[in-house]
Amino acid sequence: MSELVISDLRATVDGKDILKGVTLTVRSGEVHAVMGPNGSGKSTLSNVLMGKPGYVVTGGAVTLDGVDLLAMATWERAQAGLYLAMQYPVEVPGISVKDVLAEAYAASDRDRQLVPSLMATEANLIGFEREFLDRPLNVDLSGGEKKRNETVQMAVLGPKIAILDELDSGLDVDALRAVSRRIELATTEGFSGGERLGVLAITHYNRLLEELHPDVVHIFANGQILESGGPEIATRLEETGYAAWVEEEEQTAPTAAARPVVDDPFFSDGLL
Amino acid sequence: MSTDLSTDSFSSAVADSLDGPAWLRERRHAAAEDAAQMAFPSTDSEEWRYSRIGDLDLEQFEMIPAPDADAAHTTSEIPLAVTEFIQELGQLGGSVLVYNGRIVSTQLSDELLQQGVVFGAVPEDATPKGAAEVLGAVMHEAPDLFGAYNDAFGADPVVLDVPRNLVIDLPLAVVFYVDVADSITFPRLSVRGGENSQFSFIEASLSADVPAVVAPVTEVVVGNAARVSHSALQDVGPQVWQVGTFLAEVGQDATLDAALAAIGGSYARLRMDCRLVGRGASGNLSSAYFGDDHQMLDLRTFQEHQAADTTSKLLFKGAVADNSHSVYTGLIRIKPDARGSNAYQTNRNLKLSDTAWAESVPNLEIENNDVHCSHASTVGPVDEEQRFYVESRGVPSLVAERLIVAGFFDEVLDHFAVPALASVARDRVNKILDSHVGALLTSDSALLADASNESA
Repeated sequence: MSELVISDLRATVDGKDILKGVTLTVRSGEVHAVMGPNGSGKSTLSNVLMGKPGYVVTGGAVTLDGVDLLAMATWERAQAGLYLAMQYPVEVPGISVKDVLAEAYAASDRDRQLVPSLMATEANLIGFEREFLDRPLNVDLSGGEKKRNETVQMAVLGPKIAILDELDSGLDVDALRAVSRRIELATTEGFSGGERLGVLAITHYNRLLEELHPDVVHIFANGQILESGGPEIATRLEETGYAAWVEEEEQTAPTAAARPVVDDPFFSDGLL
Repeated sequence: MSTDLSTDSFSSAVADSLDGPAWLRERRHAAAEDAAQMAFPSTDSEEWRYSRIGDLDLEQFEMIPAPDADAAHTTSEIPLAVTEFIQELGQLGGSVLVYNGRIVSTQLSDELLQQGVVFGAVPEDATPKGAAEVLGAVMHEAPDLFGAYNDAFGADPVVLDVPRNLVIDLPLAVVFYVDVADSITFPRLSVRGGENSQFSFIEASLSADVPAVVAPVTEVVVGNAARVSHSALQDVGPQVWQVGTFLAEVGQDATLDAALAAIGGSYARLRMDCRLVGRGASGNLSSAYFGDDHQMLDLRTFQEHQAADTTSKLLFKGAVADNSHSVYTGLIRIKPDARGSNAYQTNRNLKLSDTAWAESVPNLEIENNDVHCSHASTVGPVDEEQRFYVESRGVPSLVAERLIVAGFFDEVLDHFAVPALASVARDRVNKILDSHVGALLTSDSALLADASNESA
């Protein structure tokens, strides 16, 4: 049984308080949904958990099976069993998904030769075209293809706890269903017979929850969890919107590491 | 330094002392006299700005005397580094090896010989329209002193002349190699692709780890409707200064693809002029360059559109590590007659250390309004978002950086017409990357060791 324990987590971006004391525990086999309006700091939570540069933790603790995640580099957190399916997966030219997963396998003493066939199997499960597997990471993929790519990578890596940041955005109904079935299967059977997957799904809309059937729903606004409960909260949210929890329109949280154009060495312009 | 020449190491008397056909000796003599009127380059001029040219003292270097006729080079003397390199290139239509400034081996398949291909030393007779006129066909006028010196003191120019309509499947290779310390050589390769011909050639500049200067000139005439590909590797030793010139003239409806991997040298400069002289001509220039240690890589490009409906595409990608420097300056020049032309220029630079430095200066000079031009230039560290993404999958930081940098160059290396040379270049890039990963090993050492064992 694995356990991701987040206690009183506080973080700033550009000196501004975004996470104001988040406490949450996700165990193997559980599906937690974090729902909140835009700008509430939901994505900040996922980025802070994964150790993205630009986010400063100012208080609290995060442990995975008792091990302090906040003291680890991003790649070490991944090796410890945390996975983040990103809201906007980045294009990385010249590197295939296979290369990345093979290096991740090698770094944890797993046989990198297993990667291609596992990828093919997982791609089939969610209707992801196999031809994408040899292509550069996320380059020229549609929004939905990127999300399926995130799902394939998760399944091949086989984490203990997966954070799904707006996984539903960009996926059509059929794809969302296929991806959800895959994740659901992992929460009951684990990946490759391993431990059951624990899920922290961050979302703005209800549609993912209709497919993923969360055990716990957290209403998240203004950097904090305001209420936690069963799926009935999501139903209430559907009826009243966030107005029941949040009085005013919130300001948009600043994004860390905003990229100036000159820092993008791979801008390709459709040239050559 | 030889005493008799110390007053003027680069005089016409020195040029006259070189052997060769009478027409070549006359040509050298005239060039030496022209060169005597030219000034040593200075960083005051835009084309040499940012360069280290002021640190070069040519008097420290000597030309290599001709080998004794009785003790002429034989194949067995060709350095192992060269034979190994040639093997890496796979099957070739022909090859010429130039060792310490002298041609030591010329190979050309019988078939190509019969088809009229001329490849190797310049011919004895300066027959009109013959291979002799290929020399100097593009470099009518040297762009700088080093080009003029090449005309004056090039001991053994190499000519490749491909007849019209001939299509050659296998690439032809020219390898220049130097291992004499404190020497200066002037490698010369003059290429002419006849009308509607198609072929691909490799040019490699290599050396032993000795202090030396190489001042190469490569000129290429791409005849009307011809398709010529040039794949070049510059991987001279870390003490070598290279001051090179590449000039091309592309005819009507013809295409030149030129790709360069620039890796070696203490200071390594190449000026590339691509002149689109015939209507509908295309010139595609690509380069991957990677500096480390205290190296300086210096690349200057000129995309010159002289005729209508011409297209040029340039993609130069570089990385600088340690204390290395790179300079890229590029000029797109659209002449008044070049209506309907398209010109693109992209230069991307990765800065891999705080002490490395990359200069990128794009320029446009447009004298016709009916054209489409774009240029883009960036200098920056490895993209933080990309690094985070790759690391978030569990890839150790240094391995992630290595993957991203290798991936950065992939786009350019794909442009090499000769895949074997691209793969040689890729290997050398990876070697530099590995040495940096090795140097930076910290807490990741155990994991990285595992990773490299796995991949072995």
